[in-house]
Amino acid sequence: MPSQSDTPTGWRPRHGVYWLIIMPALAMLVLLYLVPLADVLVTSVTDPKPGLDNFLLLFTSTSVQKTLLTTLRIAALTTFVALLLGYVVAYAMRAANSSQQRLMLFCVLLPFWISVLVRSFAWIALLSSRGPVNAGLMAWGLIDEPLPLVRNETGVLIGMVHVMLPYAVLTLYANMRGIDVRLVAAARSLGASRFQAFRMVFLPLTRPGLIGAGTLVFILSLGFYVTPALLGGGKVLMIAEYVAVQINDTLRWGLGTMLATTLMLSVLAALWALSRVLDVKRLFGA
Amino acid sequence: MNRHHATGIVMAFAWMVLGFLALPAFAVVPISFTDTRYLAMPDEHWSLQHWRAFLSNREWHDSIWQSLWIACVSTLGAVVAGTLCAIGCWRASSRWSERVRTAMILPMAVPTIVYALGIYRLYVDLDLVGSAIGIVFAHTVTGLPYVVLTVSASLANIDPRLEQAARGLGASVGQTLRWVIVPNVVPGILSGAIFAFIHSWDELIVVIFIGGRAFFTLPRRMWDGINDNLDPVIAVVATGMILFTLLVLSAELALRARRPRS
Repeated sequence: MPSQSDTPTGWRPRHGVYWLIIMPALAMLVLLYLVPLADVLVTSVTDPKPGLDNFLLLFTSTSVQKTLLTTLRIAALTTFVALLLGYVVAYAMRAANSSQQRLMLFCVLLPFWISVLVRSFAWIALLSSRGPVNAGLMAWGLIDEPLPLVRNETGVLIGMVHVMLPYAVLTLYANMRGIDVRLVAAARSLGASRFQAFRMVFLPLTRPGLIGAGTLVFILSLGFYVTPALLGGGKVLMIAEYVAVQINDTLRWGLGTMLATTLMLSVLAALWALSRVLDVKRLFGA
Repeated sequence: MNRHHATGIVMAFAWMVLGFLALPAFAVVPISFTDTRYLAMPDEHWSLQHWRAFLSNREWHDSIWQSLWIACVSTLGAVVAGTLCAIGCWRASSRWSERVRTAMILPMAVPTIVYALGIYRLYVDLDLVGSAIGIVFAHTVTGLPYVVLTVSASLANIDPRLEQAARGLGASVGQTLRWVIVPNVVPGILSGAIFAFIHSWDELIVVIFIGGRAFFTLPRRMWDGINDNLDPVIAVVATGMILFTLLVLSAELALRARRPRS
């Protein structure tokens, strides 16, 4: 600790001191985070030889295109289902009394805290051919053969929606809380039916929430690795797993880093676009 | 009236969705007591065989210790560096410090697989693959955002006159930091520490790439187990991880309840 004589009263702290204490974190971020990311970018245009050859694979390689299509399809489906379910939950949360509200919020936040790995494993156990879901359906006589619910796209979709739903609910709920319900009451008193009041007054007011939640869920879904890898059982290859396979099995660094770069730039561009309509830092819990 | 009505059907549907959110993870609890050799609910009776298998397995124990100490050390690093950074950005409050704070949340936004590739390449060059220090640093830097965000949120509540008063009474910058600012942001620091800890404790993708042959943290060993044979022992480990997470989470909630300000 500096002695009194170093800093006589009246000495205005220069910003230098503050930048000094910012340094350890900033240095770590630059050297151990930004430099590695930059290396991925550089490798994507230099391995095996300089040029944009790797990026041409986006347009020419059928396996790359198949992976991209799978990724986009699953991300879009996940977004659609998460928005639909999330909208109902957020709407109900708004209407609930405060003790119900607290329990509902707890149910939304609880899965947030349990690791994605544990949750994916739980889904494998639940959905497998000898698991409780199939056992229950067979015991009730609804099906004769176990349904293939896991190691395919159905399983991936169930697992992804489960991970993404809390993000959708929280974003939509934050938006709905800001809506003045007297507008809906006014519409009702002017003769609108319950459904008309919802569709013509409430629904349009939740558009920013839907856009924010949809974009967020979609971009988070694009980079998912653990859930699709485990619940897809190697059969549903999304981009992140495809990248890992390129690096671990076939050592194609050029292709792997090119896809990683594409993924990163798409996500950052979408986040940047989103930041123009709403406060992105809030989405990360600020 | 401040609320609006939702019909019974909407409410019932919402509770079903909430059940879908909250309940599935807990399926691993009964499955861990199964009397079968595969993943299923207990068939004829509840059995402790898989718990016994877990307790007598050295590999799982080693993994727990590795995960624990890596999470503790990287949390410490993230808390110290992240707190200082948040305070520095708060006081410097310029366009540049605002940029630093935005850059700090990058590790939360960029897909982990991209970072895993990059850090693996760097560590190959530095010969840090499979080293403790390599994993600790990677977890520290990716844990920073949680601390910077929570401490920044606490700092936003501090009355700037407190610091002016301390400085006016003759305290040095270091003394003001130590005796005035830090005590006021302790709740934020502790929340950040808990988030950073859980982040490292659950982290899988980076460890798969840089763990080498020496480091099989709990998530990595679970991952290998799930890909290999789906042994019900994994349900025992998953049960333990859920319990541990709930324990840490309730510590965070207790902390929040004790926080003095709104």
